[in-house]
Amino acid sequence: MSKVNLLKPNKENINLFLGLGVLFFTLGILDFYLNNFYEKNITGFLPGFISFFTPLIFGMIGLHFVRIEFSGIKKLDELNKNINTSNFNAALSFSIILLLIFSIPPLLNWFIFDANIAGDTKEACTGGGACWVYIKVWFNRFMYGMYPNAEQWRVNATFIIVLVFMGLGYFFPLRFKKYLTLYYVIFLPIISFLLIYYLISGGEFGLEWVETGAWGGLSLTFIVSFFSLIFCFPIGMMLALGRRSDLPVVKYSSLTFIEFWRGVPLITVLFMSAVMFPMFLPDGTYVDKLIRVIAAIVLFEAAYTAEVIRGGLQALPRGQYDAAKSLGMGYWRLHLLVILPQALKLVIPGIANTFLALVKDTPLIFVVGLLELAGMLGLAKTNPKWLGFSMEGYVFAGIIFWIICYSMSKYSYNLELKYKTDR
Amino acid sequence: MKLKKILPQFLTLLFIVLIFGFFTMNAQENMDTRGIEFGFGFLKQEASFDIQFSLIDYDGSKSYARAYLVGLLNTLLVSVIGIVLCTILGVVIGVARLSPNYLINKTASVYIEFFRNIPLLLQIFFWYFAALRALPMPEDASLLLGTSYMTIKGLYTPAPIWNNFDVFLISLIISLIIIFFFNRYAKRKQEEAGIQYPKFLISLGIFLIIPALTFIFGGVDLQWSFPELKQLAKTSFTYEGGVGIPPELIALTLALTLYTATFIAENVRAGIQGIGKGQKEAAASIGLTPGQVLKLVIMPQALRIIIPPTTNQYLNLTKNSSLAAAIAYPDLVLVFAGTAMMQTGRAIEIVAITMATYLTISLSISLFMNWYNKSIAIKEK
Repeated sequence: MSKVNLLKPNKENINLFLGLGVLFFTLGILDFYLNNFYEKNITGFLPGFISFFTPLIFGMIGLHFVRIEFSGIKKLDELNKNINTSNFNAALSFSIILLLIFSIPPLLNWFIFDANIAGDTKEACTGGGACWVYIKVWFNRFMYGMYPNAEQWRVNATFIIVLVFMGLGYFFPLRFKKYLTLYYVIFLPIISFLLIYYLISGGEFGLEWVETGAWGGLSLTFIVSFFSLIFCFPIGMMLALGRRSDLPVVKYSSLTFIEFWRGVPLITVLFMSAVMFPMFLPDGTYVDKLIRVIAAIVLFEAAYTAEVIRGGLQALPRGQYDAAKSLGMGYWRLHLLVILPQALKLVIPGIANTFLALVKDTPLIFVVGLLELAGMLGLAKTNPKWLGFSMEGYVFAGIIFWIICYSMSKYSYNLELKYKTDR
Repeated sequence: MKLKKILPQFLTLLFIVLIFGFFTMNAQENMDTRGIEFGFGFLKQEASFDIQFSLIDYDGSKSYARAYLVGLLNTLLVSVIGIVLCTILGVVIGVARLSPNYLINKTASVYIEFFRNIPLLLQIFFWYFAALRALPMPEDASLLLGTSYMTIKGLYTPAPIWNNFDVFLISLIISLIIIFFFNRYAKRKQEEAGIQYPKFLISLGIFLIIPALTFIFGGVDLQWSFPELKQLAKTSFTYEGGVGIPPELIALTLALTLYTATFIAENVRAGIQGIGKGQKEAAASIGLTPGQVLKLVIMPQALRIIIPPTTNQYLNLTKNSSLAAAIAYPDLVLVFAGTAMMQTGRAIEIVAITMATYLTISLSISLFMNWYNKSIAIKEK
């Protein structure tokens, strides 16, 4: 055994250093664990300030001993390379480990082990954890808002039919493939609108009429985002083309329009649609609240979409325009056949981000009194029978929105990879 | 040929004029039938409503214009705090995202994926209605850092009490001016004669010493007033002295900061990654230290990539601060487009003023950032 230098762990004394390292590391974790969960301070004999930092100091010493260069143990080398390259790195890594130890057990307890899920009254919630009974009881309200319970199959049926029609695009025979865009941009929106009008809204074919004020919950989030998506895309495309036009009137009116909507917050736009817009219509005309809201969101998001598409148009090399013009193409043929297909491919991630922002903006419609998921939560939490469960509600809604948005962003990332063309 | 250019323009113009004409005509008619007259005279009337939290002197007897100012200042307050905090957090997370340390890297990316995929409004609600409601009542609150109390009614921290604050403020401004000229001088010297001064240290010194002198010679005096628990009634307690920061402000800043920081972090990461590896290697090979490489080579280039999208995030944060209305933080939208509009019923004027205000803020931030962006852009010869 060669000389032991505590400041420079080496391979010769690997067993000693590994032993010391593991010992200090465990000591650090143990100290922290006992401190936080059993309120026992094993280093209590030290002054308060030092004793507070002992876990970190122990951990750093432990990691220092383990930091043996070329130890010959593959796992250890990998560990050192990834989380333990210097004292500073070791301190950060150890703090994160402590943070995980500190936060994960209480979170798990709250979410799963101490949570209540059986029963259907407030009294069933006895544990210290989450009361998922609340979510269970209110589930229908969170999904469908004030839509009558007996009629909710209509909402489900509409969504299923729309999804089926959406999926049909995949099974188009090859010779109809060129009509696919047409199908998605024109045919599908019309079908969805008719379905929503006749099936969800009702009033004909013996279906009970349900006013839009009663729609709500997550299904309303979907309806609003779906229609806003469909309409804001073509409008945004027109605006983007308008902004790049050579004609001054077209150019500056598009520019003003875009900059105006991008400069104001959505909440004021919704306010406008709720209180100011009726003043601008002939007396006695009534436009449904939901339609006004969708129109407001469409105008707002179209401005953002336009800017994204403009980015794509600008990124195309001039040669594309020149080549198309030299083939004798006019403005519309040039754009529809040559420029837009390439530009849109370039801006898929940007468009996806805009759409993601749109979905995340839908909860704002509460300002005009439409209650989608977040709005319903607000209503449920003031119900005198179910006071004090706002945490569960917001966590539930957060998880749902997170799943929707995260999968959307992952999907757009895949699309980006799929359509990537090397230049 | 000419027609091809004129016709579309004419149609656009016609469309705009028709729409606007239609709307104004209807508005005129509607206002006539309801007996409302268009005008901004109502701004001078007495507002007669109270605002919970105000930076300037305000009560119900003040005018609507004053209420508007209170709302605007509150909006600006939350935006400025949010911008400062989210920049700091965003840069830290963005750099952490590039760390070779697996744990740090993963934690940063989990943070980003988590907070950016949940609607901001939901986050505000969560902090305000769920997290901050779990805090203790004033009488049960424990000391925080020896001076502050975090309670369900907000955060109570010590407040500075100044004597001759204006002298202090003037000295601060003077020191900033001196620093500005010193830096210009140092830069010129470096370009002309190649002499390098320790710019940062000298600037810091000026910034600390001149204001400190005013404490000795200028009669400036600083004292702290600490919050103390006071019993109002049998079960009602409050704190006296110090500053009370309302929970609405805390929830809003917290949510805005955590949400916007994710986007800034991604911008920072993209900016640093956008610098070619060759730049770092070339800089290192001419003998610059790692610190100098970062400061003189990487950052100036990365900033050019980072700034434009970050400007957008600052604008978004400012606009998103209008979500304050959802938790009753008295910002511009709540005070003016909410309460004031309910009382006066002047929808058109008030929505127009509110929108114009946000437009002005947005345009001024983007103008400033464009100017800054231009000043650090590559100057090609």
